[in-house]
Amino acid sequence: MTVEASRQAGGTEGTDLVALLKEAGLAALVALGLGISIIGIRTVTIPGGLGLEYRWDWVVIAVVSVFVGRFVLALRRETRSPAKRAEREVVMNRIGATVQRVSKIAGPVLVVIAIALPWMPFSNRYIVDIATLVLMYIMLGWGLNIVVGLAGLLDLGYVAFYAVGAYSYALIAVHFDLSFWLCLPLAGLFAATFGVLLGFPVLRLRGDYLAIVTLGFGEIIRVVLLNWYEFTRGPDGISGIPRPSFFGLPFSRRVQEGEQSFHTFFGLDYSSMHRIMFLYYLILVLALITNFFTMRIRKLPVGRAWEALREDEIACRSLGINPTNTKLTAFAIGAMFGGFAGSFFATRQGFISPESFTFVESAVILAIVVLGGMGSQIGVVIAAVLLIGGTELFRELEQFRMLAFGGAMVLIMVWRPRGLLAHRDPTLRLSAGGQNAGAKGGAS
Amino acid sequence: MSLAEAETQSRDVHDKTVPSGARPLLTVDHLTMRFGGLVAVNDVSFAAGDAEITAIIGPNGAGKTTLFNCLTGFYKPTVGRLTLDSSGRQHFLERMDDFRISQKAHVGRTFQNIRLFPAMSVLENLMVAQHNALMRASGYSVLGLLGIGGYRKAEREAVDWARYWLEQVDLVDRADDNAGDLPYGAQRRLEIARAMCSRPVLLCLDEPAAGLNPRESAELNALLLYIKEKHQIGLLLIEHDMSVVMEISDHIVVLDYGRKISDGTPAFVRGDPTVIRAYLGEEEDDEIPPEVVADLAPVLAGTKPDPSDGEGR
Repeated sequence: MTVEASRQAGGTEGTDLVALLKEAGLAALVALGLGISIIGIRTVTIPGGLGLEYRWDWVVIAVVSVFVGRFVLALRRETRSPAKRAEREVVMNRIGATVQRVSKIAGPVLVVIAIALPWMPFSNRYIVDIATLVLMYIMLGWGLNIVVGLAGLLDLGYVAFYAVGAYSYALIAVHFDLSFWLCLPLAGLFAATFGVLLGFPVLRLRGDYLAIVTLGFGEIIRVVLLNWYEFTRGPDGISGIPRPSFFGLPFSRRVQEGEQSFHTFFGLDYSSMHRIMFLYYLILVLALITNFFTMRIRKLPVGRAWEALREDEIACRSLGINPTNTKLTAFAIGAMFGGFAGSFFATRQGFISPESFTFVESAVILAIVVLGGMGSQIGVVIAAVLLIGGTELFRELEQFRMLAFGGAMVLIMVWRPRGLLAHRDPTLRLSAGGQNAGAKGGAS
Repeated sequence: MSLAEAETQSRDVHDKTVPSGARPLLTVDHLTMRFGGLVAVNDVSFAAGDAEITAIIGPNGAGKTTLFNCLTGFYKPTVGRLTLDSSGRQHFLERMDDFRISQKAHVGRTFQNIRLFPAMSVLENLMVAQHNALMRASGYSVLGLLGIGGYRKAEREAVDWARYWLEQVDLVDRADDNAGDLPYGAQRRLEIARAMCSRPVLLCLDEPAAGLNPRESAELNALLLYIKEKHQIGLLLIEHDMSVVMEISDHIVVLDYGRKISDGTPAFVRGDPTVIRAYLGEEEDDEIPPEVVADLAPVLAGTKPDPSDGEGR
């Protein structure tokens, strides 16, 4: 409100310093109002209970920086011509198109780098672990990209399918003692079923309404997992989830009589890195399958129908496309990949509880898709590396980590509202004869 | 002229014959559409002939677009029967979901405010129109994903069909551009091409000439006549531009306040006093003098004077 008011005050004349100062002052006032309670007062544990700690100096720093920042921003806005803005937009779009073109070559290169990563001299357990985490989010991002980026269905409860996948893997593996490779498709199937079950009643909704309902569904799943103690062991979670084996060879130090483990079979010394690397390659393969699938289905009629539905549902109806079925397939396929990622998560952690499936997870995955540029596969990779890898890098910042995260999001939304790489290539072309051979898969 | 004489005979409001005697493709029976207390379409009956251009005209708010929306399933009519009779099969459109009308009964349509897929390329727009055939060819995506079956061939054929329509609407050069980047007139043509790509037996066009300049309008006339002659399908047309309506239609239905007030050949409708009254408002004097009608006829007929004016009255 204040921003609007101040814009009106400053917007009429060229560079009216008073108006600019007034605008900056208003922003500083808002910062002061928020800062007093959020930054200024802090609860600390003192002997005998909770006490308050006052940090007025911090409030002053915050208010002054907001004042200066707003002033500089307003000054820039006043002195900068709109033509320049449009020019920048064009330049950024060209960069997006270039990256898209380069990604055809860079994709395989990235895959090679990803394969070679654990063997690099600098790599250690920590790096491979983070890379595994990043790949998990890349896979989730690619899965959600089908729903949000291609079909245009804003899903705020994607983590529900992730949870369904994780719990179905954990429960099946613990109770029925089936192998990972059998449980993985089952978990995907369960998640897809949940996608259809949820999708059926809610897909008549659009936009914000759909987003709210999916958000609610995500929470419902979490609350059920938390409270259905007999089935899911509630907040205690499920522990002792079997680790994946290398085609039947477990990655364990101790070997039972008459059996072999990975290191004895290959005559290696036992190393805990074996399992870490195996998990890394596992998620790499899963993520690449997701990508390959998406690239391919985008060029099939159903993929084009998803994008058409995103563009104009009424026109789709007039062309004989069944909107419900088409959306349901998008929902189910997106959910299926969420389920795969969930079962990988369960087998990697060995322990799952409802704690891992909060709304924040959904928000992070959605942020990856939106920041990367909706529908852009390589954008998801970049955004996941920045978001997940970045937050890991900024671990030293401790409590300011989320602040940096939020700041980066705001900056990207200001500069690239449509995401980092919001560039779309047609799925087939009329010119350049060879290119219209449709179902061509591509890596990354 | 015997034809001109026949045209002067007044036709019953519920007359459902096609003036040229062609086989009726679409028959509308007592169609009524109410929105609460508002009756947008009131007991309208008419028939549209196969391989003919039938125009629906009328002042603003006469219920033309509502009629279209009933035909294409976007509204469910309150009362009435809509029968599409194509190649020996009858489809009752009022019972079908909107997407099934295109899928099963093969009724295509365009929209008053253009509805393309703006972020998709022109060619992709035309491919989406062939969705159902391509879905079958790709084994409902399963075979297509695995790369087996005849999907590649089907896709090539679909591209050829799309190319054919791009040639007809003169958009081959822009096939790989985003549909949203096309100029207005080209978007209108693309929408028609897209509807034709779905291989309809009846094409419903909602104000295709709106916002077109005279040259584009003439091109549109040629395109619609080409579609009628070459592809032998029925066209149903809502239009305000009388130069388009009078020049190309075989049959005109006039609506006013949701009712059908006139129905017949262009020459007949042009001279029908009820039509002139509906367009120009009620006069104090109920009877409009014949000289005035004769003077107004060129206005109704568009700018082009027509020698048959005097006889048509």
